[in-house]
Amino acid sequence: MSGARTIVSVLAALVLSAGVSAPALQAQAQAQGLIQALAPAQASTQTPAQAQAQAIIITNAEIHTISGEVIQGGTIVVEDGRITAVAPAGTAPPTPPNARTIDAGGRIVTPGFLESSTQLGIVAMGAEPGPADATVTNPRVTASFNVLDGFDPNAMAIPVTRIEGITRAIVRPNPGVSLIAGQGILVDLRTGDAVVERVHANPVGMFAVLGQGGSARAGGARGAATQQLREALQDARDHDQNRSAFEAGNRRDYAFSRLDLEAMALVLTGEIPLVVQVHRASDIRAALRMKEEFGIRLILFGALEGWMVADEIRDAGVPVVINPMLNLPGMESLGATLENAARLHEAGVTVALSSFDTDNARNLKQVAGNAVANGLPHDAALRAVTLTPAEIWGIEERFGSIEVGKEADLVIWSGDPFELDTRAEHVIIAGREIPLESRQIDLFNRYRTIGGPGGPGGPPR
Amino acid sequence: MNRPLLFLVAGLFFTTGCATAPRDSSPAPPDADQDAQPSPLFEDPFPSTYRAFPSTPTLIRDATILTGTGEIIEGGAILLRDGRIAEVGRDVAAPAGATIIDGSGMWVTPGIIDTHSHLGVYASPGVAANADGNEMTNPNTAEVWAEHSLWPQDPGFGHALAGGTTSLQILPGSANLFGGRSVTVKNVPARTYQAMKFPGAPHGLKMACGENPKRVYGGQGRFPMTAMGNVAGYRSAWIEAERYRDRWTRWRDNGADPADRPDRNLRLETLAAVLEGDILVHNHCYRADEMVTMIDIAREFGYTITSFHHATEAYKIRDYLAEHDICASMWADWWGFKLEAYDAILQNVSLVHEAGACAIVHSDDGHGIQRLNQEAAKVLGASAAHGLHIPKEEAIAWITLNPARSMGIDEETGSLEAGKAGDVVLWSGDPFSVYTRAEKVFVDGALMYDRSAPDPLLFGDFMLGILPPEVVR
Repeated sequence: MSGARTIVSVLAALVLSAGVSAPALQAQAQAQGLIQALAPAQASTQTPAQAQAQAIIITNAEIHTISGEVIQGGTIVVEDGRITAVAPAGTAPPTPPNARTIDAGGRIVTPGFLESSTQLGIVAMGAEPGPADATVTNPRVTASFNVLDGFDPNAMAIPVTRIEGITRAIVRPNPGVSLIAGQGILVDLRTGDAVVERVHANPVGMFAVLGQGGSARAGGARGAATQQLREALQDARDHDQNRSAFEAGNRRDYAFSRLDLEAMALVLTGEIPLVVQVHRASDIRAALRMKEEFGIRLILFGALEGWMVADEIRDAGVPVVINPMLNLPGMESLGATLENAARLHEAGVTVALSSFDTDNARNLKQVAGNAVANGLPHDAALRAVTLTPAEIWGIEERFGSIEVGKEADLVIWSGDPFELDTRAEHVIIAGREIPLESRQIDLFNRYRTIGGPGGPGGPPR
Repeated sequence: MNRPLLFLVAGLFFTTGCATAPRDSSPAPPDADQDAQPSPLFEDPFPSTYRAFPSTPTLIRDATILTGTGEIIEGGAILLRDGRIAEVGRDVAAPAGATIIDGSGMWVTPGIIDTHSHLGVYASPGVAANADGNEMTNPNTAEVWAEHSLWPQDPGFGHALAGGTTSLQILPGSANLFGGRSVTVKNVPARTYQAMKFPGAPHGLKMACGENPKRVYGGQGRFPMTAMGNVAGYRSAWIEAERYRDRWTRWRDNGADPADRPDRNLRLETLAAVLEGDILVHNHCYRADEMVTMIDIAREFGYTITSFHHATEAYKIRDYLAEHDICASMWADWWGFKLEAYDAILQNVSLVHEAGACAIVHSDDGHGIQRLNQEAAKVLGASAAHGLHIPKEEAIAWITLNPARSMGIDEETGSLEAGKAGDVVLWSGDPFSVYTRAEKVFVDGALMYDRSAPDPLLFGDFMLGILPPEVVR
């Protein structure tokens, strides 16, 4: 972070000395999202982390803590990026000096939402191959592929997403030639250029596909797909147990590269989950068998027919990440239904909700609303976009509820967070309020009036 | 004697579609005096066989009614009789034997209408056999008709009905400069597409600007490879279509001797019918500058564009759209998936509306068509947040009357007015809420979807025997 900032400062100085006008530089820096990163470092002697996190007090809030009861008229104190107090009405928690107070006016405050499947920062403009860093077509790079090196924190879609109250996201690879897509990461969507601070889990999971997508990549049959995954896990185990023999050239050939096997070992040891995109009930069962066989952690992704095998999923202790708005039948999702979330939840399965979208990951709120409209209890839906995904992805100690000690991702909503006319009025990520700005809002402002020559937006022709 | 040719001449003096017609002079209903109507260049060999399903007189009362014409009636009532809307107002008497529905706490809107669907031509399940929407073999396939790809058994129709969609335009895809003819259908179960075909609805012509045609053909090293290639492709085709039209006109003027009858050409027949005003142009086009180029081309050849589709930059030229009376069929929030979709904003629809142009929210998606009400609601919310407040009674037109207008069926459906078709949705609450569901959907007065039924979804044959119907939602 500080290194990146130094580079920026040096660049700025160089540009200034070269005689570029200050407004031009400022515009350029703004365009690159650098201003916020620069200003606090220059204005303060605090450490960068402290400078980033001005203390914030949110008063008069309807606090949906997720982990506990809803608190009416409560107060939340945020210091150094963390929640330091959550107080009910009528109590005054100790307040830090120089804190900024936001009166929530009785409105709802929730944790920031966590979107469990995006390509934010690794796919921009899906139709163009250039800016894409999600899909690998090199068979030598499968499990070892990690999206981090391709992640662009300045991606245009990130501000578009965060101003709608989505504050963290899983950035995951897509399967390319292999049914093992590679490793995803969990990032927050704060402003600024520093990748390191924003990554909260790396790798967060190993992503793979079974069912039809696995079949297509493994030679035309589902059985071949499970065999390929089985071989990867077996080879990884063998390699892990016989590293020195392997290095000495005294081990049989493996079907996967050395780096891929090392990566798969993370799955075998339970360090990261295997996240399997799968829909058909029978394919879900095949994935559950794989978990049983290798004793690995499993997350089901998609699971359009999950409700049909809900009891088995629950008994296996496997969470699901689903989009309950998808109900059109496919050949591996004939049982797709709007009630998938409600039925899975009813059966006791751990459910997280996802848009499975990138440009419109912001629609996670609508996804949750539709789950509620089709039978999922409202509080379960709210948990399914906050604490439940935090648990699934292993960051529940730090994120997902409004509790003392947790990282302060907080959203003040104008109304019910899932309702379509509700806005995120304040968005705080890791203790810092982010500006409610995006390129789309810039476009709106530019074209708010059109017409006369030289006027805003200029003549349309 | 030769009816098509008589109407060919008549057509020369008429234009139709919302592109040129003044706001209040839409195409006359199908039963109006035929002599005053523009008619197809050639007879439609695949005429509609649609017949309304049986209905009983139904009165919904004490509901909040959005008429689609800009009115909101609190505590309103609507009477459906003989398949039509008999009366809308505060006090409506129930005829003897009428089914009476207590609508308190509920809302009533016109049936939802989608200008841009591929249901039936990209049917579910999405297998190769159902990829019937894009004839990607030539940049000009004006000769293909979407209805000949339309599989009436697509289960997506049932889901769309459950979302309140009662009429929809089904278009060919956007790979080609001229993709072919669209078809407008009523959303009812049927054995044939003819039995769904909206009586009297004109065909549309799907045209496409921008990235798709040049990507598909340029990628094969073929024409068009560039945006300028696209424009040359449109203009060359229209020049040929003019010649074709003139050839037939001359033949008619010279006595229509069957021995000299010019050869028919299906591709040029479609384009000539556009020049006659018998087929409405639905133009896939994202960018503001490209839309204005298309307006110039339309002027050059004397046809009109009824609606731009997707029109992610419509807000940048909303004054043009208003001036030329061209509708824009838009997504609420799709953006970013390609460069020409990069400048879409959440207020696109509302800015177009505010400028007095004809704004439409479309789906282009088998899931989106199930909740066009929510798509419109997202626009309202994002607009109000930036000081652009549009009343719900106006916004409902984005998914009812305005699409009807752009499909040339607004005399028949799209609003709750006495005499129109009984295409009506009863919602569990405010249709702009995420929690609201369609409770009952009427098509021509017949109750086609009832959420309280044990197995409410009307599916085609495909889903039979797969799951018990009561678990399918």
